[in-house]
Amino acid sequence: MNFISVQNVRFSYDDIEETKNPVYAVDGVSLEFEKGGFTAVIGHNGCGKSTLAKHLNAMLLPDSGKVYVDGDDTSDENKTFDIREKVGLVLQNPDNQLVASIVEEDVAFGPENLGVEPAEIRKRVDSALKAVGMYDYRMHAPYKLSGGQKQRIAIAGVLAIEPQCIVLDEPTAMLDPSGRAEVMNTLIKLNREMGITVILITHFMEEAVLADRVVVMDSGKVLTQGTPDEVFSQVELLKKHRLDVPQAAELAFRLKGRGAKIDKIPLTAEDCVNLLGEVLG
Amino acid sequence: MSEILELKNLGFVYGQGTPFEKRAVDNVSLKINKGELVGIIGHTGSGKSTLVQMLNGLIKPTEGEVILDGKSIWAEPKKIRSVRFKVGMVFQYPEYQLFEETVYKDIAFGAINKGLSGDELDRAVRSAAEFTSLKPELLDKSPFDLSGGEKRRAAIAGVIAMQPEILILDEPTAGLDPMGREILLSQIVRYHKEMGNTVLLVSHSMEDIARVADRVIVMNNSKLMMFDTTKEVFARGDELENYGLKVPQITRIMQSLKQRGYDIPDGILTVDEALETLSALLKKEGKIW
Repeated sequence: MNFISVQNVRFSYDDIEETKNPVYAVDGVSLEFEKGGFTAVIGHNGCGKSTLAKHLNAMLLPDSGKVYVDGDDTSDENKTFDIREKVGLVLQNPDNQLVASIVEEDVAFGPENLGVEPAEIRKRVDSALKAVGMYDYRMHAPYKLSGGQKQRIAIAGVLAIEPQCIVLDEPTAMLDPSGRAEVMNTLIKLNREMGITVILITHFMEEAVLADRVVVMDSGKVLTQGTPDEVFSQVELLKKHRLDVPQAAELAFRLKGRGAKIDKIPLTAEDCVNLLGEVLG
Repeated sequence: MSEILELKNLGFVYGQGTPFEKRAVDNVSLKINKGELVGIIGHTGSGKSTLVQMLNGLIKPTEGEVILDGKSIWAEPKKIRSVRFKVGMVFQYPEYQLFEETVYKDIAFGAINKGLSGDELDRAVRSAAEFTSLKPELLDKSPFDLSGGEKRRAAIAGVIAMQPEILILDEPTAGLDPMGREILLSQIVRYHKEMGNTVLLVSHSMEDIARVADRVIVMNNSKLMMFDTTKEVFARGDELENYGLKVPQITRIMQSLKQRGYDIPDGILTVDEALETLSALLKKEGKIW
């Protein structure tokens, strides 16, 4: 079995016994997340992606269907804390997730709660801060940091618990372009160098193209999934569901529609320039 | 065109005279014309939020002047409140500021404080709701029953209802999905066009700014680095990257093609423009017809 297995999950915020026609935020989703993978989940507001994220570490439990994390059923209460040690969650607003007045104390909060030995906490906090490139700021006050820095501290706080997987729910939505780049570079590093499984929920297509796999959700269901190339070349489908595609892909797709000889839809500016160079001759 | 707002050597230092002294805005001078839509870009900490907060007197400059309609806004400090009705400010995540029992009352709050009443108030509220595409039946609902996008639009309607001469929006589309962004942006443009009001739009989305702004202010390190037409600003991509900003992907693509020697004009800002330019080139070469 894969590291996380989501099997036919349905979830409604309505009371399904009391309500006649409950609205299902997640409506029959089955997904597999491999160990060490980097998956981006996209879809517009209300498509169920945040609700899905909260199922991945037992913050929410399915009304029907099952979620297994490393073989453990999330609805088994005895396993809840094991699961949360394995799967850390980072949310959108950095200001809502920092608890201490000194950066390193904030990062230590998780392992302290797990009863980790003080010497081990010191080690974990230092290595987590180094992993996100914030070690020099360990004695700073979090509120004085920029949004991107705060978000990296929040990620360090999760790393100090030594999870195998980090789920991030729109971690860059409130950041500026350089803050977004800081967070994305950190995630790529954690995934490639430390082998941490990353599940990134995002609105930004330029972030999604950096993942190994992209899952597109719509109305509580999985609309399509595949490699970024496979997903973003379906320009029509994405547009129909009012999702963004990278401008590079949109331009190539529309030029193709006008008869230009284009086989593969490019996702990045660089690929697009090379392609257009060939087309123009 | 007549100018509505002028900044003269404007500066601001936080915690002046304390060990935590920090300069946020440094010697900014510029003029904004009546009826312009001006974009403001700059990375976090570049001073753009401090700058806009000085424009309606929320913070008082430590140096220089803000001149609104020919008059320094701090000439009579007791009348600063009237400036806040003339220059309406929509903060980031304004949906957190909703508080009234109904959407109608929430939208009316600022306008009532401005002194509107009766039919005039009702018209202001309904037209603000219309500009932000809030359906009339939503007006009697609690603002807390609205969706995220609707909440944000209700909060913006509350500022529009005050009928400000200048509307400042700080990151109005942050956190919205692509569809919500699109809707909100086109509403702002429509409001700007129909009312002929001056609009200042602070945004991290270069694509949004490229699409709607007439001119763009670029802030870096507390200083004004550029203030020029949108085309001119985005044609200076390398400089923008030095300030931690990016040009829209489409602009970057077209610039690289130009550098490779193709006949492409500077400052292409939208996919539509790029498509037409390339189609024309391909047609000339006989590669499409």
